Amino acid sequence: MTTRIDTRFAELKKQGRAAFVTYVMAGDPDLATSLEIVKALPKAGADVVELGIPFTDPMADGPSIQAAGLRALKAGMTLRKTLDLVREFRKDDNITPLVLMGYYNPIYIYGVDKFLADAKTSGVDGLIIVDLPPEEDEELCLPALKAGLNFIRLATPTTDDKRLPAVLANTSGFVYYVSIAGITGAAAADANAVGEAVARIKRHTRLPICVGFGIRTPEAARAIAERANGSVVGTALVDALKNSLDADGRATAKTVNAVAELTAALAQGVKGAQQAAE
Amino acid sequence: MNIAKPNSYRSGPDDRGHFGIFGGRFVAETLMPLILDLEKAYTAAKADPSFQGEMNGYLKNYVGRPSPLYFAERLTEHLGGAKIYLKREELNHTGSHKVNNVLGQIMLARRMGKKRIIAETGAGQHGVATATLCARFGLECIVYMGAVDVERQQPNVIRMEMLGATVMPVQSGTRTLKDAMNEALRDWVTNVHNTFYCIGTVAGPHPYPTLVRDFQSIIGNETKAQMQEIEGRLPDSLVACIGGGSNAMGLFHPFLDDPSVEIFGVEAAGHGLTQLHAASIAGGRPGVLHGNRTYLLMDADGQIQDAHSISAGLDYPGIGPEHSWLHEVGRVNYLSATDDEALAAFQLLSKLEGIIPALEPAHAIAKVMELAPKRPKDHLMVVNLSGRGDKDVPQVGDILRGKK
Repeated sequence: MTTRIDTRFAELKKQGRAAFVTYVMAGDPDLATSLEIVKALPKAGADVVELGIPFTDPMADGPSIQAAGLRALKAGMTLRKTLDLVREFRKDDNITPLVLMGYYNPIYIYGVDKFLADAKTSGVDGLIIVDLPPEEDEELCLPALKAGLNFIRLATPTTDDKRLPAVLANTSGFVYYVSIAGITGAAAADANAVGEAVARIKRHTRLPICVGFGIRTPEAARAIAERANGSVVGTALVDALKNSLDADGRATAKTVNAVAELTAALAQGVKGAQQAAE
Repeated sequence: MNIAKPNSYRSGPDDRGHFGIFGGRFVAETLMPLILDLEKAYTAAKADPSFQGEMNGYLKNYVGRPSPLYFAERLTEHLGGAKIYLKREELNHTGSHKVNNVLGQIMLARRMGKKRIIAETGAGQHGVATATLCARFGLECIVYMGAVDVERQQPNVIRMEMLGATVMPVQSGTRTLKDAMNEALRDWVTNVHNTFYCIGTVAGPHPYPTLVRDFQSIIGNETKAQMQEIEGRLPDSLVACIGGGSNAMGLFHPFLDDPSVEIFGVEAAGHGLTQLHAASIAGGRPGVLHGNRTYLLMDADGQIQDAHSISAGLDYPGIGPEHSWLHEVGRVNYLSATDDEALAAFQLLSKLEGIIPALEPAHAIAKVMELAPKRPKDHLMVVNLSGRGDKDVPQVGDILRGKK
């Protein structure tokens, strides 16, 4: 099984550069604007698109992404509409890898088998589900792999060498290294500590390693891209979106551009990175 | 649903923390190593006689156990049926059953060398118990409490602050207990190295539902021995209120394999089951939140819905996973009481027995008012009086004056 994720990382490896991975919340601030944003991301330089599934109780997210999820839910977003959004996106773009990121309950309630079938036909390539550690692999990870989707696992500073093999066992696509112990949008990642952690994980896997949490600027994205196979930026993009909204939280003429411009600047940072030798 | 009856109702969970399909460990990877450490530390502590010995000393001399099993003579006469006994958990130090569990967890935290304790609280009873034991053992204490609850449970906020705890009002989401739990989990994920999360109820990721149940089972174990001494036999029925369900689980668990004992859990029906309420079993279905699979209140998209109860301690859209399992296998009957029924019970117990209950066990009393008259006079009914009503006096006073 080769997904768009595998193909994209193979290409990037040939080009000798790291991936720029963007995160935005599906349906923030409304479905139509959100679709325009997602379409704009690859054009602005995103190599992989992560799309958040809104959830009322996002335990691993900071205030920015919590608020983004609530804006989306208030505008009527659901998991079904998130899959519709992916299907629309795929009409124009059949190359850019797209990963859904979120929490398990909306998927569990949708029905795991039905969700996997619908996600696959919509054009989803992979899943990052924050509250499904390897101990719960039978829930979604193993069925997802069987359905031809990548299941991208989070590794964290608390994942020690003893635990890494279990975390990596059923991971595919790439490994998402969470650069800090904390929630999204909190402390800034220390690039050197990240470099050491990436080297440690590389001893256990051949998969690409992308790093996220705490990366906000082109400089930070570049520093991480010099030490890993990809930089993930989420909260900074969500904040740029939020700052473009009107007083009632609605999209303005500036909203899509605000996200696209920051994406372009961050992508420049990543593309300027000198890739570490493999 | 056709579910096979187990040989024992007391053997769960399995080694992955499952009670049937319920329970589990649905947490972020950052927390997973911490939860495994906790499980290891708890297993070792259970096998260490000095741990239980030290705990028994504090339970006796600091908490004031055993709590009495009191024959509520005037309530019994008034209802004209079953003989009603109150398990007086409200007489414990800090005023509720919460201290039983907190003592156990704080002693575990000390064994694990953790110096910073975090907790979530709804009514503030768990927060007060945690603040109390942190004061006693010189530990830093941070309590997350929904901003709505901070407002309606002021006496407990003041108590926690007097005990040296930092109370963090939570402004996210619905600003009640579920959001306090989200915020506590966010703190834990951020401060993994020095922090122990002291969960207040039989919910959360494995091993919390088990260890909280074990620490609370002293309620049922004492009840069994006391009833034997007073009446020379087992009780015929047990009644307890349920938010997350720790006081209920503590009373019920030692009796689960005594088939003659009828067991009733009482959820909060708020304004009524067709309106805003907090009755997860009556009005919810299985889903995944806060580390476990259990009955939850949610919409068709799996988004968690607002709970409502007059009682902050029951105002939670979920329930402990072992309760969900006991419901599905049919061992425990889950009922519900509305805000108005709980208020009426609150007043009745105050006037008939001179005991002002917390609004939480007032829900249990409300169902006793329905169940007891239908039972014969030799029927022995035990209700867990899980907390005292001091914290609710300002709120109930306002409501009663407003109604007059």
